[in-house]
Amino acid sequence: MSTIGTGYDLSVTTFSPDGRVFQIEYATKAVDNSGTVVGVRCKDGVVLGVEKLISSKMLLEGSNRRIHAINRHAGMALAGLAADGRQIVTRARTEAANYLSFYGEDVPIKELSNRVAHYSHLCTLYWWLRPFGSSSIIGGYDIDGPQLYTIDPSGVAYRYYGAAIGKGRQAAKTEIEKLRLAQMTCREGVMAVAKIIYGVHDESKDKSFELEMSWVCDESKREHQRIPSDLLMEAKAMARDAQEDDLDAF
Amino acid sequence: MDAHGPHGPYTTIMAVEYNGGVILGADSRTTTGVYVANRASDKITQLTDNVYLCRSGSAADTQVVSDYVRYFLNQHTIQLGREATVKTAATLVKELAYQNKSFLQAGMIVAGWDKYDGGSVYAVPLGGTLLRLPFATGGSGSSYLYGFLDQAWRPHMSKDEAERFVVKSIALAIARDGASGGVVRTVTVNEHGAERNFFAGDKLPLFHEEIPPGRNSLLA
Repeated sequence: MSTIGTGYDLSVTTFSPDGRVFQIEYATKAVDNSGTVVGVRCKDGVVLGVEKLISSKMLLEGSNRRIHAINRHAGMALAGLAADGRQIVTRARTEAANYLSFYGEDVPIKELSNRVAHYSHLCTLYWWLRPFGSSSIIGGYDIDGPQLYTIDPSGVAYRYYGAAIGKGRQAAKTEIEKLRLAQMTCREGVMAVAKIIYGVHDESKDKSFELEMSWVCDESKREHQRIPSDLLMEAKAMARDAQEDDLDAF
Repeated sequence: MDAHGPHGPYTTIMAVEYNGGVILGADSRTTTGVYVANRASDKITQLTDNVYLCRSGSAADTQVVSDYVRYFLNQHTIQLGREATVKTAATLVKELAYQNKSFLQAGMIVAGWDKYDGGSVYAVPLGGTLLRLPFATGGSGSSYLYGFLDQAWRPHMSKDEAERFVVKSIALAIARDGASGGVVRTVTVNEHGAERNFFAGDKLPLFHEEIPPGRNSLLA
């Protein structure tokens, strides 16, 4: 999977002979090396979860947030370069606010995702800009129901039932595919996402991590919020037990 | 602009919500001074399949505003992938009216049907306020209707009741307001679409001291 495009990879405005833009692919590698981010769309809402790798024991718990609210009904979880991600969040918030101001109603999640994708894509068109080294998963609940989108550095937005980006995405996707998402409630989704993230975390390669989760569902009155702390603790405990059970299986 | 004088040029327009949609109504008189430039004009303009606009004030101003809003809504519908809501159409009309308030003389009523809010009526008077109401009226003839509407309007009218109500109201305004006259045009918008209707002058109800059309004592 690892390719280099010697000579054709110095600028985002250069195509390689086989039709690739290597700078965008390198930007995606930045995302692939970051902590896993998972999103699932359950029958009554969307759950987002982030494997926040802790670089230092001195970091305050809950700092360096990876999940951000865009507006009341949509949240965004980021993977990749943190500073790039922050820029994308700011842009998404501005777009959502402008839409509300201009059209008088909340931005539909599809429209929001398209605008973020448009912005990401913009940065792949000019030699004096570099692509964002950051992918985002948008989870929102609008008038057409709960929706989940992923935007990558190339500027494409895809709508998913379940999505994963970052280090453990392959393993996470396998686990997500086993879930019966259309029948699950968000409460069950929270447990499932916590279990998946604990499962894909590689204890040998990375140090510790903090689980950050949010949801937007009927139970949260269709507002994007952090998972209530009691539910989060329950999810973490259940996920930890599940890991130990798996180890015991040997 | 004198807010207490005759409610600016020179029309009667109204829109009401009924059980399942909205009815828009207007007279058909356009005047330049005392000359009736057009005695059969159409003051109800289409913005989208499901949203219509009543126009009062400067004909030029309202035509330009409605052209812009139709253009924006057209693009918006394509991008959104579904029909625009009445609220969105009204917000766009309001933006134009408010941001250009010193140049425009346009009193408008936006009304239509969408699947989220059902039938809705939004008034956008001079100055660019946006106000959702169960019924709204505008133009010079509206002054004569406030009392009548306050007393006679009821929620959840049927389609026929509401249409009769609109025709009666416009007829009352025409009776008293010199700047309103001609025919009454109505547009009914509901989940099935939009339907235009036309009530000729001689088909309108008559009120106090109004002389019936056709052969009458004055023509003997």
